[in-house]
Amino acid sequence: MKAVIAIIRRDLLLAMRRKSEVLTALFFFIIVTSLFPLGIGPEPALLKKIAPGILWVAALLATMLGLSRLFAPDHADGTLEQMALSPTPLGLLIAGKITAHWLTTGLPLVLLAPVLGIQFDLDTEALGILVLALLLGTPLLSLIGAIGAALTLGVRGGGVLLSLLVLPLYVPTLIFGAGAVEMVVSGLSAAGHLSLLAALLAVAVFFAPWATTAALRIALE
Amino acid sequence: MSNRLINWFKFASPQSFYPLAGKMIPWFWALAAIFLIVGLYISFFVAPTDATQGEGYRVIFVHVPAAWMSMFLYCVMAGWAGIGLALNTRLSGMMAQAIAPTGALMAFLSLWTGAFWGKPMWGAWWVWDARLTSALILFFLYIGFIALQAAIDDARRADKAGAILALVGVVNVPIIYFSVKWWNTLHQGASVSIMKSPTMATTMLWGMLIMALAFWMYSIAVILTRVRAIILEREAHTEWVKALPEVRGESR
Repeated sequence: MKAVIAIIRRDLLLAMRRKSEVLTALFFFIIVTSLFPLGIGPEPALLKKIAPGILWVAALLATMLGLSRLFAPDHADGTLEQMALSPTPLGLLIAGKITAHWLTTGLPLVLLAPVLGIQFDLDTEALGILVLALLLGTPLLSLIGAIGAALTLGVRGGGVLLSLLVLPLYVPTLIFGAGAVEMVVSGLSAAGHLSLLAALLAVAVFFAPWATTAALRIALE
Repeated sequence: MSNRLINWFKFASPQSFYPLAGKMIPWFWALAAIFLIVGLYISFFVAPTDATQGEGYRVIFVHVPAAWMSMFLYCVMAGWAGIGLALNTRLSGMMAQAIAPTGALMAFLSLWTGAFWGKPMWGAWWVWDARLTSALILFFLYIGFIALQAAIDDARRADKAGAILALVGVVNVPIIYFSVKWWNTLHQGASVSIMKSPTMATTMLWGMLIMALAFWMYSIAVILTRVRAIILEREAHTEWVKALPEVRGESR
């Protein structure tokens, strides 16, 4: 457990030393969501209807941005091999890295989303559900994305390939996440969607670090 | 007991599987042709015109088998991938690699014929219905698998990475199947199910099942042909491949 905390601290420290990477993803999120009204038109009713989808798709893409850098620097300087050799199970260390990735890319999106939601005329209840759905959904995005990042480690054209592999797997998250907010907007209960999202998260927390570790071991061979 | 085990594992080696596949391919082609002719005859001349959907419904004789095959092949591919990861056999990875293009073709075919069916029935080439969408995602998963394998030069690493992706993606296949129940939308519910008797005429059902068999045989034949090519490609450096008459004939 100590090693996991050490890994999280190290990755957070590295992220703080290079603030630009974290901020780039965040501003990407803001810019993409702001482009949609410009493309579609300023009609509040229409924007309110498409807001959950836009915010979620933008969150998906913003999470994707940092994924290719999740393991690549550690792979390049040999840290990853040292992790694989360490007495602590690699799966735990990877879980720590994924947690750090979520803290640096997912959590800022969750905190920022309600501000952007106001731009789209969402009411307080919908904003609350949006934050809750993102809080359940963004760790899921980091977990699934880590599998893709591990599979494409050191592969030709890794970045584009990564999005090809990961985006289809993000679809259930997108459906349930955006669905939860849409339910509230149309005056229904979001409990079902949130439960499914939480169920997906529970499954992913269990399996994703394991699959990521297997993929990393293949890359390290 | 031990004899049987040895017999099975004998064909796990590319060297002994290659001639076996070569012997099986003509049979599967012949079966595919027979089932296709019978199936097409039933679907065009025997099966009655549908009361509500007219003649246009006949697309399902291609659409449904293709959709079934696309889902089934993904499971088979993931199965081979899992065996390859667990037992570290070379042939399993080759099988998974050989299945992927056929599976992608089936997924594409089911989407394409689905669009042809959708236009007269729903008045739209495409609707964002759950089953259509998940079939599209299945197609993307196939493409991702093929792209990942193509991007890794080392064949063994490509096999293993692809295997993990296939196993992760196989979670999607049950979602496809149950999505009909999860989201109640435009798409008509599954008309063939194990739980209750089919809601279609018997000849229609037979036509569809025979067409499914034809697709099945075709897939096996094509996959075996492709796996033979993959074996030749990957084992090109070995003595037994160099000793093959077809290889020696080529270099002459």
